Amino acid sequence: MSKRNSLFQWNLDRLVVPPLAVAALICVAILLLVLAFLVYEASPVLVDGGWRVFLSDTGWYPLEGLFGLIPMLWASLVLMLGAVIIAAPIGLACAIFIKFYAPASLNKVFRLILSLLAGMPSVVLGLWGLTELVPLIAKWQPPGASLFAAILVLALMVLPTVALTSASALSAVREDLLAGAAALGIGRKAQVLGLVLPAARYGIWSGILLAMARAIGETMVVLMVAGNVVQYPHGLFEPVRALTANIALEMAYATDNHRAGLFASGLMLTLIVLVLAWAASRIVGRNQHG
Amino acid sequence: MKGGLLILLATLSTVLLQPLHAADNRLVLTGSSTVAPLALEIGKRFEQQNPGTRIDVQTGGSSRGINDVRTGLANIGMVSRALKVSETDLTAHTIALDGIGIILHRSNPIEALSDGQIKAIYTGQIRNWHEVGGQDRPITVVNKAEGRSTLELFLQYFTLKSSQIKARVVIGDNQQGIKTVSGNFGAIGYVSIGTAEFEEQQGGAIKRLPMAGVEASIDQVRSGRFPLVRPLNLVVKGRASKLSQRFIDFAHSPEVHDIVEAQFFVPMEP
Repeated sequence: MSKRNSLFQWNLDRLVVPPLAVAALICVAILLLVLAFLVYEASPVLVDGGWRVFLSDTGWYPLEGLFGLIPMLWASLVLMLGAVIIAAPIGLACAIFIKFYAPASLNKVFRLILSLLAGMPSVVLGLWGLTELVPLIAKWQPPGASLFAAILVLALMVLPTVALTSASALSAVREDLLAGAAALGIGRKAQVLGLVLPAARYGIWSGILLAMARAIGETMVVLMVAGNVVQYPHGLFEPVRALTANIALEMAYATDNHRAGLFASGLMLTLIVLVLAWAASRIVGRNQHG
Repeated sequence: MKGGLLILLATLSTVLLQPLHAADNRLVLTGSSTVAPLALEIGKRFEQQNPGTRIDVQTGGSSRGINDVRTGLANIGMVSRALKVSETDLTAHTIALDGIGIILHRSNPIEALSDGQIKAIYTGQIRNWHEVGGQDRPITVVNKAEGRSTLELFLQYFTLKSSQIKARVVIGDNQQGIKTVSGNFGAIGYVSIGTAEFEEQQGGAIKRLPMAGVEASIDQVRSGRFPLVRPLNLVVKGRASKLSQRFIDFAHSPEVHDIVEAQFFVPMEP
């Protein structure tokens, strides 16, 4: 560090820096500790039977020594993608409506409703899904608790995430661009499609990635409405079990290798979320440099 | 780095396990999450009547209860099944009984199923209600998640392996089971009889099926005629300490029958 660094000229800064550094270190350390803890707890099965059993075993019957995680991994991924495919266009449309088309009075109400929906505890959504949506689907396509039900409720859950992050990405587009476009006589529709959306695309994408991370990490909703049967997702109305639901369902009752297997599924989930977070930060980083 | 990590984990585990080292006026109970709410309520009353004592209740499944009692981490283990042959080093004190009954949606016209039919339904050989004399409607098999003692008991009674069951919905606790069955005309599930009876009285859209000809009710569990019954046990290793013995006696006494019944279990006569 250069001695001419002007920040260190005042004693106040000298006092403030160590606690800040410690706080920053704690943040990093917590993530590393969680990862280390997951690896440590999962290690009995990772070394014992080899990590390959998670990929090769035909089913998930931990009490019979079968630890196939791949069907649940697929279920988690399909749930996530399904939810985002529904939520992203609607959320983006909401954001465009709020920003460019809604009358001022409606705008406020709309934003308030979205924020409320964003803060809705997932267990409430799950309960609604279990007692209202699932019976409705069951009348049409039993058993009701299915990939479809879970995708719908998850989409509802991540919709406000997409809408609110997209709205702020749209707001961040420089006003002078819009003013310039208006001065050139470009219409509202062309402004939105040709100017604002491309300018805000990185912000929108990182919002979608955030929604994906939220969807794949969601537990209560999928536990309550997805049916929890361990199988490859081979039909929209078939029940599936997500990695998160697997942990929540069985953790309280698991011992020994069963428990370690659940930690291994937690480790896998954490890695997926880390990859999503990394992708989101790459996109935001590109936005800042480009 | 690795050494540092180990030290950290060791410190963490010491801190976390600290409360488990019992003092003289303190009992630690670990184990079955079915027994835990019951033990918790009994513990509260015990604490009131014996000022200065503390009863700590922690869940983690019957297997944890067995392990913790063996290693001395807990004074008393909570186990929601009969002890196995490999567990004769422990002594079980049954404080209540819990029956497990088959439930269907209320609108299902089926009045009874034989054990063989139930087994065939759960293994996927029978897939439609019309095959057992009901309406033409696909059967939704509701099963419990791996590791639950309800599932273990069910498998044991029907001599099945977990991997033989072809479930359409897998549930966690009794409430989720009742909500799932009451929301699906073609569903079949099994839950704790007390809870099912209560929900039915509250207007839940379920009905209990008799098992091997015996009505699935708390009364029949009490009479001992209902076949699918599990004991809720407090388990100790060797001779129980004075306080443990007092707690176990208390949990048996008529003084706590109201607590047992409030949780829809059948109290044991001393």
